[in-house]
This record gives sequence, structure tokens and C-alpha cells, in this order.
Amino acid sequence: MSWNDSQPMVSIKNVHKSFGALEVLKGVSLDVMKGEVICIIGPSGSGKSTLIRCINALNDIQEGSILVEGQEVNDSKLDKLELRKKVGMVFQQYNLFPHKTALENVMMAPIRVLKQDKDEVEKTARALIRKVRLEGKEDSYPGELSGGQQQRVAIARSLAMKPDVILFDEVTAALDPETVNEVLLTIKDLADEGMTCILVTHEMGFAREVADHIYFTDRGVIVEHGPPTNFFDNAKDPRTKEFLSQIL
Amino acid sequence: MKKQEFQTDLPVMLPVTAKTGEGFNFRLKPWHGLVIVGFCIFSSRLGYAQSDTVQTSSLETLVRWMPLLLQGFIFNLVISVCAMAIGTVVGAALGLGQISLNGWVRKLAWGLTQFFRNSPWLVLLFFAMFLLPFELRLGIFAIPLPDWLKAIIGLSLPVMANVSEIVRGAVTSLPSGQWEAAESLAYTRRQTLWLVILPQCVKRMLPPWMNLYSILTMATVLASIVGVSEVMTLTGQALAAEGGRPELLAPFYSFVLLLFFIYCYPIARWTVYLEKKFAVIN
Repeated sequence: MSWNDSQPMVSIKNVHKSFGALEVLKGVSLDVMKGEVICIIGPSGSGKSTLIRCINALNDIQEGSILVEGQEVNDSKLDKLELRKKVGMVFQQYNLFPHKTALENVMMAPIRVLKQDKDEVEKTARALIRKVRLEGKEDSYPGELSGGQQQRVAIARSLAMKPDVILFDEVTAALDPETVNEVLLTIKDLADEGMTCILVTHEMGFAREVADHIYFTDRGVIVEHGPPTNFFDNAKDPRTKEFLSQIL
Repeated sequence: MKKQEFQTDLPVMLPVTAKTGEGFNFRLKPWHGLVIVGFCIFSSRLGYAQSDTVQTSSLETLVRWMPLLLQGFIFNLVISVCAMAIGTVVGAALGLGQISLNGWVRKLAWGLTQFFRNSPWLVLLFFAMFLLPFELRLGIFAIPLPDWLKAIIGLSLPVMANVSEIVRGAVTSLPSGQWEAAESLAYTRRQTLWLVILPQCVKRMLPPWMNLYSILTMATVLASIVGVSEVMTLTGQALAAEGGRPELLAPFYSFVLLLFFIYCYPIARWTVYLEKKFAVIN
């Protein structure tokens, strides 16, 4: 069973996930094609973050199927390391390694995990740091950087693994308002270059601008989805309308 | 607009001032040392005044025995360093066992840690003294196990258990995001532990570890009870050799106290300094 570009890069079908007695995902399905940018929005506790954490197997699922490039994630024999080399992730709390400099944070995984040549990796890492507009901050420790700068290092760190798809888990939610834009700009650059991105976000303006497709989740199900213009201007479901009226 | 002065005594409302590099503060000043030494001399003079027969003064007697007592004290330090080294190595392994993914390893490590952590040090010392043979036979080789070596082993047991808890505590105190970030970059568990988690734990472990070392150093005198010739044993012998003059008790034991104080107090201050320093960075 080989996978090719004409099939969805990530295909989620009828996924159920519970934490103890609490069912967080109640049958979620969605497809992401190569090069597509999708945004998942919805109220807190609706299962958005849980859903994308299932894609790189940080959370396991009880029922359903998640295919990443044709590989089943809901499989006890899954090689998680191979999966995670293909799927990058950026977190709300950045989670940079505080004992390493920005450059080292970016270089560590390619050297240690992919066993790439150190000099080559350093060249790529410096280029990535330039790309996220942090030239000159290579030798700074995370504690010396602002939230927005740390988050951009985290994006560079994820890119250094050359993933096929990147998951963004509310990456601007912990940032000061004035630094949100610099991070969104970096993500937009990636989207424009054709990187496949799955974002959980509360930035509606940004979602409208970059997303190819918007999914609205509430209480563990996808209530409504569609291209941004349709979604924002002609929402049909009352729950979507209520949510949008509260935040727009 | 006029700037309003906010009147409050709520700590959360007060302006925050970061504690920045205060530097190492020894706290004790030279005159404190004079007071302590003065107390020792005073206690020896006091003893002298109480004795009616004219003999050598307490102070002179003490000075005469000092080289021997210092030798004993150095032996205490050797015991403390060796017990700490063994306890740290074995304890670190035990601590890692406590966070193992293997349930049996985890339970075994937890059980051992709890057992040795909740036993009195003296009992463990007796345990080692009387249960370990006087020599270990390995084929044709016989490795003698002198008392002092047994004492080191006995004292390293509680150290091991405490180090195990320090390691476990430091690892679990790190935010889970660090594990998740490393996992999502396809690190193996071993790589996550050694490249990401443990390097960050060292800072957190250092202050409690030094604290433990101080406590161990002071506990080495327990070895006198089982006959190891460390400073307390030698002090007792010196006093006996002087004919058990009661006026010598205070100066001799004051001297031993002083030795431990001079050694342990800087460690305690250094620990406080490190705690402050790391608290600011994190």
C-alpha cells in the first residue's frame, strides 16, 4: 500500500478519544491534502488540541483511524519515531530546551535523531534562524528571548527535521499581543511556501487569511467546516453562529 | 493624567524586584569566629579553674592532642566523601529505576528507596557492621572488609535512598512540555532523558544533594559507636589517656564541634547561594 500526493496526507476517520470517563472526541473525521493549510477553531475544551496531539501519537485514540501518508497511527506496532520524523509540532508554551542556545535547540534533533553531519546541520540551522528573522540571536538562551522569539525558534527547531506536515497547537495563545504578529507572519511564510499545516488557533483574522479550510469543533465533534469565506460569512449551524458572534 | 500612588500592603500588589546576582554571601563575619574560638578557650579556662591540682592547662592539653584529633577528623571526611560517592552512583541508578517504564523495575526501585529512606541511619550502620563478613572471598582472592569500609557501606545506604528521591523528584518537577517537545522531535526515551531532562535536573538536584552531604558528614560520628577510629572515638581515647579529667570534656568536645562547624557551615551557605542563583534563572 503506497501513498501518493493525490491522496490525503493526513486522513482522520471517526476518531474517538476518552480521558477516563470523559469522552473528548466523539467521532471526528477530516482530510488534509499535501500543501493545504487547515485551521481548527472552537471553544475551549472542545477537543481541538487533543485532536492534533493524536496525529503525532502524543495521545492515543480508542477508536477510529488516523492515516499519515498512508501509515496507520492507531496501531500498537506503530513506529512512533518514524511517524514523528514526518510530523513536526509547535506548542503553546514553546517548550524550548532552556539549557541549550537557540542554535543548539535547532541543531540537536537533526544531529541526534537523524544522525546528520554536524557542519551541514549548522548551515541549515543558521539559515532557518535567518528565515524566522532571528539573525543575531543564535547564541541566546531561551530565557533571554521574548515569547514571540522563543516561539519562532520553536518553529525553526521543528522545520530543521524537514517534516512533511507541521502541527501548530495554539502557538500564539501564550504570547503578548504585540508579538503575536511576528509569529503569525512566520507561519504565513511557511504556508505560502506550500508547507502542509494544521493549526489550532483563536486568531480568526489569521485563519481567514491563510487557511484553505476551516473546521469548527464543539463538544468533541466537527460541527461545520468549509473554505474561510463561506465559513465566516455564511455559517449555517447555530452553534457556529453563536461562537462567531462572540469573538468577531 | 496624574499618576496615582497605590496604597496597599498586599504582597501581590507590590512592585516586583528581581533578585539578581547578589553573589555569594558568607554571612558570618571574622568577629563571629573570634566569638566561637573565644567560647572554646573560655570553656577550657572554666574547666581549668575548677580543677584544684596544678596540671598542664586544658588548652595546652588540647593543643597537644590536636594533631591526632585532626587526623581523626580527616578520616571522618574520607568516610563522608566515599559514602557520598557510592550513595550518589547507586542512588542515581535507583532514582532512574523509579521513573522506568518497566513496572517491575519501578516497583523494586521504589521499594528499596522507601525502605532505606525510612530506616534510622544508626540501625543501617549496625546492619552493615554485623551482617557484612570481615572479608570477601572471590576465588583465591580475599578482599578484607575493615570496619571503616563497612561503615562507608552502611552510611551509603541511606544516602543512596535519599539521592534516589532527589533524582526522582527533580525529574518529575520538570514541566511535561519538555518531554512532549523531545518526543515530538522523534527522540527516543533514552535520548530524551539524557539530552533534555537530566541536564536540566542537575541544577535542581545540586542544592538538596549538598544538603544531604552536610547531613552525612555530621552523621559520620555514628561510626564511633561501632568502633571506627574517627574523631569521636579518638577524642574519647584522648580523654581516657588524660585520666578522665572532667575539665577536659568541654574543650575537647567543643573543638570537635568547631571542626564540623567550620567544614559544614560554608557548604550550607554555598547551598543557599546556589538555590538563589538557580531560582532566578529558572
